[in-house]
Amino acid sequence: MKTFLLFGLVACLILGTGLLQSWNSALLILNMGLVSAVMALGVNLQWGLAGLFNVGVMGFVALGGLAVVLIAMPPVEEAWAAGGGQILLGLVLGAMTIVAAVLMWSRTSGRVRGWATGGVLLVGVIAYRMVLDPAVDRVEDVNPALAGYLGGLGLPVLIAWPVGGLLAAGAAYVIGKTALGLRSDYLAIATLGIAEIVIAVLKNEDWMARGVKNVIGLPRPVPYEVDLQNDPAFVERAAGFGLDATTASTIYVKIEYGLLFAGVLIILLVLSQLALNSPWGRMMRAIRDNETAARAMGKDVTARHLQVFVLGSAICGIAGAMMTTLDGQLTPGTYQPLRYTFLIWVMVIVGGSGNNLGAVLGGFLIWFLWVQVEPIGQLLMTLITAGMADGSWLKLHLLDSVQHMRLLTMGLILLLVLRLNPRGLLPEK
Amino acid sequence: MDFLNGIVALANFVLIPAIAYGSQLALGALGVTLIYGILRFSNFAHGDTMAAGTMFAVLTTWGLQAMGVSLGPLPTALLAIPFGILGAAALVLLTDRYVYKFYRAQKAKPVILVIVSMGVMFIYNGFTRIVIGPDDQRFADGERFVISARDFREMTGLAEGLALRTSQVITVITAVVVVAVLFWFLNKTRTGKSMRAFSDNEDLALLSGINPERVVLVTWLIVASLATVAGVLYGLDKSFKPFTYFQLLLPIFAAAIVGGLGNPLGAIAGGFVIAFSEVGITYAWKKVLVYFMPPALEPEGLVQMLSTEYKFAVSFVILVIVLLFRPTGLFRGKAL
Repeated sequence: MKTFLLFGLVACLILGTGLLQSWNSALLILNMGLVSAVMALGVNLQWGLAGLFNVGVMGFVALGGLAVVLIAMPPVEEAWAAGGGQILLGLVLGAMTIVAAVLMWSRTSGRVRGWATGGVLLVGVIAYRMVLDPAVDRVEDVNPALAGYLGGLGLPVLIAWPVGGLLAAGAAYVIGKTALGLRSDYLAIATLGIAEIVIAVLKNEDWMARGVKNVIGLPRPVPYEVDLQNDPAFVERAAGFGLDATTASTIYVKIEYGLLFAGVLIILLVLSQLALNSPWGRMMRAIRDNETAARAMGKDVTARHLQVFVLGSAICGIAGAMMTTLDGQLTPGTYQPLRYTFLIWVMVIVGGSGNNLGAVLGGFLIWFLWVQVEPIGQLLMTLITAGMADGSWLKLHLLDSVQHMRLLTMGLILLLVLRLNPRGLLPEK
Repeated sequence: MDFLNGIVALANFVLIPAIAYGSQLALGALGVTLIYGILRFSNFAHGDTMAAGTMFAVLTTWGLQAMGVSLGPLPTALLAIPFGILGAAALVLLTDRYVYKFYRAQKAKPVILVIVSMGVMFIYNGFTRIVIGPDDQRFADGERFVISARDFREMTGLAEGLALRTSQVITVITAVVVVAVLFWFLNKTRTGKSMRAFSDNEDLALLSGINPERVVLVTWLIVASLATVAGVLYGLDKSFKPFTYFQLLLPIFAAAIVGGLGNPLGAIAGGFVIAFSEVGITYAWKKVLVYFMPPALEPEGLVQMLSTEYKFAVSFVILVIVLLFRPTGLFRGKAL
């Protein structure tokens, strides 16, 4: 009943935006709300079900975004001719170096061990750089204004969604393998680090996804507005609803995105719900609530943690791919930990950790607030400064800092919910 | 001659910057490690505590500069540090009173405290940005160099210059003094001993009549001082930007963990390990190597292992290696 009411409230908020502001912005909020809900589901799987603290959501989301570029963009033939193969060779060499170093470490012992492994690493790194660097330079010189990267595989963009999940899962596996099984804080620090590194790689490896030059014009799974406007049948139908062609086309495109996203969300929600109520879910909660007891019962805690960590990160990767598809561009410069890691955490905790529906609700609600806090903050600041002299130093300063209010508000919401209602809006059953 | 030139180039581009950066990291890591040892959680708000403390110091510096106060060749910011510490101390004590105390009384799990510290981090972050703005602020004044590269070249007749910036000298001296005082305090004074006892075994410390709230209070005061000093030194050396301080969190945590969380000596060692690796791996060694290698073998490229954008990756990789092979850290912290 409470669930129903709260979801009704969110629906009313979004409908209200539609009625009061415009249907386009309402649908925009709805679509990003759907994406946020998917991310929140992923984090809820890790935190709510297993008690794992992942502060690197941003990195996994960005990897999902990268997948869209790698899968959906058409390949840049010239760049491939200039050095594509050599780059791949370089990457293979890099991977082989790591494998060789690990083998060397495990096969040798004593004093030889450190030197031999170090030697293998040094030789490997030099070979890797000698192969990779010239190829990268040549690739980045290919038409730098428009390309300068290898492009993708030119496959349908929807394939990028599961691939984004896979990429994120791969990264999560590596991190989980190192940091799980140690203190819980270590995972937090390791994920914080991997997120920063993923963003640094995206920003600097221009041959991969053009770095800060951004990849724009990503293929879309839905029709383009312009095509719709030129389609007489569509214009006629829009006129039937009493809408002009431009508005109708933008709304139509957003609704299609919404339906796609809702489909993904429902599938993932059903799966999460099944997982939660399965023996596996029971075991995960048992581990979360008393690790020592679960271990004594013969459960492999670290392996189960690794499993759920990889799954949750994969969901974040899928959401990241969905978001990049919706934006139609990959802009590594816009990934900020506040927006992509901590906001998601606020969603999960406010919604109710451990409850999948709660996470989804939190996703919609907090996203709505995030979008609408800015105008509210603006209004508040205008009210506070109303009594001050126009053009006074303090007034200008306060009006300037409205955008930073978001940080403060989100921190405050998080602290208040943790303190007053730590189980969230929809508590775990 | 080549040999001397090589040594000078090495000192100028690698050793001096790394020692200064290492001292800053060590001070930061000491704060993290103290909180971990006594309050038993990883404080994610530490980077932003540094930013807030530095902000108070920067504002005071501007005020002092406006009043015409100066330290001559030394930066005015040194005078402002005590005010910065006061500001930071007020901030963390208020936070402790209204946020952390509740969870301490509840004996909440450490991971909950970590999440709480994340919320606190946001509030500090927003607060700093609202007060001083998100942009780069320069507040260093006074003499810029102790020895400039040019003077050094003229003095010694070497081809390579050795620039020694005032901020670097001040950093090292301040760090040594602060660390000495801290260790004296922890090892010799009654309060310091009670802190160590509390960190070692909470129940036993309580039984022997140590007042936990007092230990916590003193810890926060020390942490606020360390954070402000570290932040001001970093700001003098580079510049003050709130986001950079948030990013410092990663190398600082890496330093604390590499040294062994909860172990002050380890934090210092960890700070230098991280700083030297970061500078060493992102430095283009060609400039130094040309002096040591015969011309025939002279390297063609820059001999830079990683570009400077990846300096955070270095601390991360070291962190991973330590977690894999020695999760308790070099100095056997209380972790695990």
